[in-house]
Amino acid sequence: MRNYFVKRLLLLIPTLLGISIVSFLIIHLLPGDPARVKVEAPERNQLVTEQTLRETRVIYGLDQPLYVQYFRWLKRMVTFDFGESLRDHRPIIEKLKERIPVTFKLSSISLLLAYLISIPLGVYSATRQHATGERIITVVLFAMYSLPNFWVATMAIVYLGGGDFWDVFPVFGLASAGAEHWSWWKRTQDEVWHLILPVACMTYYTLAVLSRYMRAAMLDIIRQDFIRTARAKGLSERVVVYRHALGNSLIPIVTLMGDVLPALIGGSVVIETLFAIPGMGSLSYEAVFTRDYPLLMAIFTLSALLTLLGILVSDFLYTLVDPRIGYENRVAT
Amino acid sequence: MKTAWQPEGYWSLVALQFRKNHVAVLGFIVVFFLLVIAALADFIANDKPLVMRYRHSLYFPVLKQYSVSLGVSRWQPEFQNISFKEFVTANFKAGDWVQFPPIRYSPGEVYLSEVLQRPTAEHWFGTDDVGRDVASRIVHGSRISLYVGFIAVSIYVLIGVFVGALSGFYGGVVDIVLSRFIEIMLSIPTLFLIVTVVAFLPQSLFNIVLVIGITNWPRVARLTRGEFLKSKPLEYVTAARALGASDLRTILRHILPNTLAPVFVAATFGVASAILIESTLSFLGFGVPSTVASWGSILSAARELQPTGWWLAAFPGVAIFLTVTSYNLVGEGLRDASDPRLRG
Repeated sequence: MRNYFVKRLLLLIPTLLGISIVSFLIIHLLPGDPARVKVEAPERNQLVTEQTLRETRVIYGLDQPLYVQYFRWLKRMVTFDFGESLRDHRPIIEKLKERIPVTFKLSSISLLLAYLISIPLGVYSATRQHATGERIITVVLFAMYSLPNFWVATMAIVYLGGGDFWDVFPVFGLASAGAEHWSWWKRTQDEVWHLILPVACMTYYTLAVLSRYMRAAMLDIIRQDFIRTARAKGLSERVVVYRHALGNSLIPIVTLMGDVLPALIGGSVVIETLFAIPGMGSLSYEAVFTRDYPLLMAIFTLSALLTLLGILVSDFLYTLVDPRIGYENRVAT
Repeated sequence: MKTAWQPEGYWSLVALQFRKNHVAVLGFIVVFFLLVIAALADFIANDKPLVMRYRHSLYFPVLKQYSVSLGVSRWQPEFQNISFKEFVTANFKAGDWVQFPPIRYSPGEVYLSEVLQRPTAEHWFGTDDVGRDVASRIVHGSRISLYVGFIAVSIYVLIGVFVGALSGFYGGVVDIVLSRFIEIMLSIPTLFLIVTVVAFLPQSLFNIVLVIGITNWPRVARLTRGEFLKSKPLEYVTAARALGASDLRTILRHILPNTLAPVFVAATFGVASAILIESTLSFLGFGVPSTVASWGSILSAARELQPTGWWLAAFPGVAIFLTVTSYNLVGEGLRDASDPRLRG
């Protein structure tokens, strides 16, 4: 087992290098001269001479061959030195520090809810197959699975908040204006109130996906011989389901946890933009629209790293929760 | 000669099993219906008449439009650059008649006098903020959705199967290298690639399709690779090799047909998700140019007009939902039908 993990970790090195080369090439392929961007000040409307440009290139090492530039860039990335934003010239790392906690709060609540609801829901719909309740749940989950979340969010904002129809929920940001002067209890209430709609819009899809996985896994397990044996021994249905079947059917959705890791930090572009939540999702959206390349690169590197980590976590969880899978023969995926 | 019992092929068994699943069949019917709408969009929603009789001769302006845009013929001088509706009211006399398509508007036709109308008999799904007919835009938008769905998925299934087959079949160094490649591609955030492409190339439908295609193939590759790994040690593969089949023949004729079912299922779900991605991108403003009538771009325009313009958001939303649900239902039906363990 240790060998498998070590091998898996070692294989990560070429992948990381590959990602770094791809991202580096993407910045270089992007249009625009970085030296010009650096020295030009559009608000002063000044013209930059060829001389200044050349000097700037020398200062920032842009005159060096590509591979030298690559290694210098790599060195900065490894130390999380992302440079500064083109837009407001603030260090990018500071921006990330502001945004990540917001997104993390939102997505961790949403994920926790999704897991907490989907597991019992999946168990219920697998064990009560063909009952009316099960049919309704399956249809509803299926519908949720196909509803575009930008549409649901827009509808929610229009009809449940904003004041034009039913003004029930706030639709802007995560706190009311002036909330910082309120008491702790009132502030928390206010925040929960703000979180309800965005969290609901983020959760329903994950919930639908997870419960479908859960249901499928449970159905798969219940058909197996060891469950028949357990029933034949005369164990009660409750013991069969919760002691024998449940643990085994959790395998797929536990391994899915790795896949959601990037979303924990990356956030949802759609939901955060629509609800004006200052998290990573809306930051990426802004970065795209303002063509803020350094910021984009930072987000890109970060999410690539997280996705990679997610794949790794999935693999590890898989081998941990399912001891039947041999590590020796598994070629790293 | 026909014998009493004939061995059934795998796909006919799947089809038999699929037909037992009524919900999936319903999904299939909707998918078919949408294909017909997309194919006949010009005959369903158009500002030109299907047939008209004018001064004792018959004209087919919709068909004529096709030949004109192909460059094989030209409009008659009296019909050049005219609005047929105005023409009909102004010039028609007794004995002339005209048959318009069910929706008498083209998707791009602007009527500033009919801005933001509620659904009526004239405008089934209402009009948008510049007076374009929403029903017509939705009918023509179905083409965009299907185009995106099918082309993007074809691109990524082809790449994915190719890479996955090589990786799974050859194993060893090839597998290690290709798997790293798959991993790198899986790690690249979709949004980022889209921005890069949009920054480089003009915003166009094909570029969006291309991006969806390039970002999604690693999943198919992983799937195919897994299937190949599973099949490789099986007897039929050994038998094929023993009979002297080349690598290419073993891959294409023997293993690939046996791995197609899961890939096909993934492709069906893929069409649904490609349609969703396109509409999300268009909604966010990264997608197709706003002049193109796509379901996502109609919804995007509807955002500022809520809640008064409910029809602008409701109908394209329902269209997306219906399409995505149907493809998912078909995918689900196919998955169950192709799984021998579930055969009852």
